[in-house]
Amino acid sequence: MNDLLTHWRKFKREPYAVWLGFALIGFALVLLPFATDAAMGRSWVRILDHTLLYIMLALGLNIVVGFAGLLDLGYVAFFAVGAYLYALLASPQFGLHLPFWTLLPLGALVACMFGVLLGAPTLRLRGDYLAIVTLGFGEIIRIFLNNLNAPVNITNGPQGLNMIDPIMLGDFSFSRTQQILGITFSSVHNYYYLFLALTLLIIFISIRLENSRIGRAWVAIREDEVAAQAMGINTRNVKLLAFAMGASFGGVSGGLFAGFQGFVSPESFHLTESIMVLCMVVLGGMGHIPGVILGAVLLSVLPEALRYIGPLEEALFGRVIVDPSDLRLLILGLAMVLIMLLRPAGLWPSPVQRREFAHHDKS
Amino acid sequence: MSLLQVRDLKVSYGGINAVKGINLEIHKGELVALIGANGAGKTTTLRALAGLEHPSGGTIHYQGHSIAHQPTHQLVKKGLVMVPEGRGIFGRLTVEENLYMGAYCYDDTSQIASDMHQVYARFPRLQERSHQAGGTLSGGEQQMLAIGRALMSRPQLLLLDEPSMGLAPLIVQKIFETIRDIAAEGVTILLVEQNAKLALENSHRGYVLESGLITLHDDAKSLLSNEKVRHAYLGE
Repeated sequence: MNDLLTHWRKFKREPYAVWLGFALIGFALVLLPFATDAAMGRSWVRILDHTLLYIMLALGLNIVVGFAGLLDLGYVAFFAVGAYLYALLASPQFGLHLPFWTLLPLGALVACMFGVLLGAPTLRLRGDYLAIVTLGFGEIIRIFLNNLNAPVNITNGPQGLNMIDPIMLGDFSFSRTQQILGITFSSVHNYYYLFLALTLLIIFISIRLENSRIGRAWVAIREDEVAAQAMGINTRNVKLLAFAMGASFGGVSGGLFAGFQGFVSPESFHLTESIMVLCMVVLGGMGHIPGVILGAVLLSVLPEALRYIGPLEEALFGRVIVDPSDLRLLILGLAMVLIMLLRPAGLWPSPVQRREFAHHDKS
Repeated sequence: MSLLQVRDLKVSYGGINAVKGINLEIHKGELVALIGANGAGKTTTLRALAGLEHPSGGTIHYQGHSIAHQPTHQLVKKGLVMVPEGRGIFGRLTVEENLYMGAYCYDDTSQIASDMHQVYARFPRLQERSHQAGGTLSGGEQQMLAIGRALMSRPQLLLLDEPSMGLAPLIVQKIFETIRDIAAEGVTILLVEQNAKLALENSHRGYVLESGLITLHDDAKSLLSNEKVRHAYLGE
């Protein structure tokens, strides 16, 4: 058995083993929507699409909270900005129908500007104080979207915007069932591959950022801001950059969400969404990209899986005793409490976080 | 020519004048001590020199250029490097990562590697612990790390804030030996200390700061024998 383990460890270090691993993961990701469709039905492919959007959001928030250590409770605001930008510029609301390839970078850019808008006045704030201001910011954006239907109707208020253009690349519409090489791709499948590609891009950018000079500066600021300044780090710019980068990922995700759903309303950008994304980051392992992805996957899939509690209750007791939607939140909360008690650094923490908790255990 | 020239420096925090107009002059290669009681304004002075506080009046000239309103990160590039109060170790990063952070302003890998080598030669203890988290080091080791990290920033003028704070007497002696060595190698040092005796014994010159004003300045030796200093700071 030990022999097998050492063989396995040796194998793991081989470069071709790494590529083989990547190839297998890639293969699995390509087949995933078809396997899910066959095994669990189309609604689960839709859940996969949402999961990918959440991964993008969680990775964006991870830059602000995980890398730079700035607690942001209003992150969903950038998601909202991205979604509404797409909705306003590609729907009958103003009769504008800009193409997707301009809307995607534009969404990132505008969300980025909103990130700086939030970052600039809060540069001197830390911890709890920053959390309160960002919380307010998130709510302000939502309330604005809710009320900007008078005197001039911009956002259509609480009714939201509908008939948003589906995402198109050239003549290829992601919202139509497409035949490629004799295989039928339904809308949720198309979107899955688009979102997967962009998620991979965001993962790639995150990894590059983490290992860059800027990544090191973020870590320094997170650990000790005065010392970071003493190292010659321009803490103001580096913090603004964290807000901007994080926000731009949120903006991209928001734009995709709008095109995918075909409908946006302020309802979707509630404070609970910010908290959910923050939970994904914290639960998975702050500042650790694989951990954050794991957290996002778990927290988007788990609540959906808990929907089966209703039928389960019926099978067991003959009727639904507790409303499954109430139970879902209860079980979710309980799961989080347990995870945080048992694995305080998150499910898959970075080496840096592991060090902190190992240190606390010793002292 | 003086490396650092401070004229009538004033610093205030929301109406409270912490530093009320002081003059300082430091020449290249000197080791100068700034001593004084708690709350005399020592740390505030140092923070203002490092660009962490905005002076409300006066001028600071470093290498002949006015730096009174320059941000810290630009000063570090010019060789004005501070070891902050309480050492400012990045607790969750390893010793090596901490040192590497000191070279943030530079990207010439070979020079960084050679600087790192020199720091390890100076503090073999840090090399032994290079993969340990900074926060798990003892106080003395952390002070070594803080000084080593500042050396990675290639200082010409090194500002040290209370290097003896919270350390055992034996370790303090060692730290001060190191500080003297660094000064002997040509780095100019301004040292802020509550431990006046120790600071003056190891410095060339000293300034005495009392409630935001310089009340005395002289050779370190003369200060050590000065009646007032002996009475107020050396407890004799």
